[in-house]
Amino acid sequence: MLPEAIEAMTAQMATVGNASSLHTSGRLGRRVVEESRESIAQALGARPSEVLFTSGGTESDNLAIKGTFWARRDADPRRVRILVSTVEHHAVMDCVQFLEAHEGAKVTWLEVDQLGRVDPETLRAAIETDPAAVALVSVMWANNEVGTVQPIAELAAVAHELGIPMHSDAVQAVGQLEVSFAASELDLMSVSGHKIGGPLGVGALVARRDAQLVPLSHGGGHGRQVRSGSLDVPAIRGFAVAMRHSSAHREAATARMITLRDNLIRGAQAAGFDVQVTGDWEPGDGTRRLPGNAHLLVPGCDGDSLLYLLDAAGVQCSTGSACQAGVPQPSHVLLAMGMSEHRARGALRLTLGHTSTQADVDAFLASLPAAVERAQRAQTATSTRPTR
Amino acid sequence: MRVVAAMSGGVDSAVAAARMLDAGHEVVGVHLALSQNAATLRECARGCCTIEDAGDARRVADLIGIPFYVWDMAARFRQDVVDDFIAEYAAGRTPNPCLRCNEKIKFAALLDKAMALGFDAVATGHYAQIVERASGARELHRAVDMGKDQSYVLGVLDAGQLARSFFPLGDTAKPQVRQEAAVRGFSVAAKPDSHDICFIPDGDTGKWLTDRLGEQPGDIVEIDGTKVGEHWGAYAFTVGQRRGLRLGQPAAGGEPRYVVEVQPRTNTVVVGISELLGVDAITGDHARWCGPAPQGVVSVGAQVRAHGEEIPATAWADGEAVEVRLQRRIRGVAPGQSVVLYEGTRVLGSATIASATTIPNSTTRAAAMADGSGNAVAGSPPAAG
Repeated sequence: MLPEAIEAMTAQMATVGNASSLHTSGRLGRRVVEESRESIAQALGARPSEVLFTSGGTESDNLAIKGTFWARRDADPRRVRILVSTVEHHAVMDCVQFLEAHEGAKVTWLEVDQLGRVDPETLRAAIETDPAAVALVSVMWANNEVGTVQPIAELAAVAHELGIPMHSDAVQAVGQLEVSFAASELDLMSVSGHKIGGPLGVGALVARRDAQLVPLSHGGGHGRQVRSGSLDVPAIRGFAVAMRHSSAHREAATARMITLRDNLIRGAQAAGFDVQVTGDWEPGDGTRRLPGNAHLLVPGCDGDSLLYLLDAAGVQCSTGSACQAGVPQPSHVLLAMGMSEHRARGALRLTLGHTSTQADVDAFLASLPAAVERAQRAQTATSTRPTR
Repeated sequence: MRVVAAMSGGVDSAVAAARMLDAGHEVVGVHLALSQNAATLRECARGCCTIEDAGDARRVADLIGIPFYVWDMAARFRQDVVDDFIAEYAAGRTPNPCLRCNEKIKFAALLDKAMALGFDAVATGHYAQIVERASGARELHRAVDMGKDQSYVLGVLDAGQLARSFFPLGDTAKPQVRQEAAVRGFSVAAKPDSHDICFIPDGDTGKWLTDRLGEQPGDIVEIDGTKVGEHWGAYAFTVGQRRGLRLGQPAAGGEPRYVVEVQPRTNTVVVGISELLGVDAITGDHARWCGPAPQGVVSVGAQVRAHGEEIPATAWADGEAVEVRLQRRIRGVAPGQSVVLYEGTRVLGSATIASATTIPNSTTRAAAMADGSGNAVAGSPPAAG
């Protein structure tokens, strides 16, 4: 978390005041919330009234998808179709699957190419099979695992041309890419506080003023009548400070991250294990792949073995795959990109942030060969025999 | 040493991990995911593979400050333990999956992976002791707490596996382990022990097997071949079993009848009075020795069930085959179970029971072999009974 955000947040925690109250301390709290809303709106190219505070990315995604689905279906019962990409975060995927299982939603999964991108023509064709029945479209701005950036404005243009509202989970994009809600022409966009150096447990759904949403939690009618609940004023203040900071320093920070990312990927490829980079990578580019994302496939290894060995060597990374029952499963993103389960098991996701340095990259590259050799032996040791 | 502590989420493995850490080792906690579709919450005392159990183990690891990982061994477990279990029952035998799991998973797949990743050993919460001799040789012994002793299910470990294993609880009684867990502040201190077969959550082995092998109706016959009933699958019966036969009519003499033999080839279950269950000659195969294989005829204690009685016996090993003569007859010895051989508290090794029979004049012969005159037959196996 950014020191400035910690400072602002802790200072705010010392003051009482429910932003919904009419008394003096309430008014002071409300002023902080509204100023924060304005800062965040400005950084995201949105209007303040479009910013709805939530508990984070997951709640924002749920409110956007369920809220829009129910509102659009209420207006016209035919609208039960949801179009969503195959590489979404679980906050979107599981939400859509819930609506499919319990609310009669009909889901069309939008396929991606080998780089993980949704072609706008794929979206057009999917909508055109029955446009009047579509409730909404949701495609993430940038993928959390492989870093691929979607052509969001083009996708939104197709959806709007056919009269369909569109949501995007922009949790990964904010802070690393130029994100303008207005320019994107999206109807709904999810963002999160902790991904940009703000506190955990706070985020926002940016929703156009004409977006129709059925609330998920009912209460005092705060937040444009769709998101009730007393606001976490200190967290919101910390979120706004982090957002302002990330917006002001984004270009310089991402230029540095791109250099580190490229050094990391080149170094890993030169290590001699046939390490491959997934997704869309071009050295120097920071618009088609997230600047801080390096996602590698190491043949003959289990990602969790690599993760242990690298962690023991002081490098913290992730396999980028979801855990099911505490067991790493091959990533649905990699499978959607056409990779085999076996190859997908050797995935290693390295994330660079504003505190990462070339020394960190060097440390990773120095520990990689020994880790790969051991992880390959470990996989051999535990593989199943073909038959008995 | 760098040690993997296998952590099931129970109290024993939690204390074992903490003790390894206290002893100065570099410890990493590993929970084995053995089920391909684990339930979220534990529903009963069986099993150790729910997400709740993994969470309990992680909680302990966090508390004592060690890294913690979940390793997916579900495919290997399915192949080496579950499929083996089904195949053994289908062949009319009664396997012990815990031994198989120790032999193939905990002290093989887990140990091999740990070694490949740079660890030196594996520690578990089993109640058994390893005694290191001046020569450096490591012996497997019974636990101090005989009520909890688990040396039986470890009788499949060879010297190489023992050299890389730690059982930190072998010198402690279970109540003290629980007490220690409470003092250490472990949330699992009062967690109930797990029982039975972990992959059969409701404990109904017969139904579980029927679901997998299908109904295969066949006859239940007396030892003379007289049909006395019908069954839905011979595989679901175990030698010594009395319940679930549904014979209707009692035997001529009014005595209860037991399963005395399962014949998978003819899908027949043979029943008889309890006296027919007494055996004193056991042949075993798939012998595994915890140290050097015994030479010639040796006096041993033989145990045929996890918490069964140890019977004085003589044994003779020839490669993978073992012959055991018990000094007195015992009942309900089923092929497929393991016979584990002891010398005092030391585990010599184990074999999978291939057949269990009686020999004429067995009392005399066993006594003859046990009193040392067994030398007379050393070098050749005792005649099969």
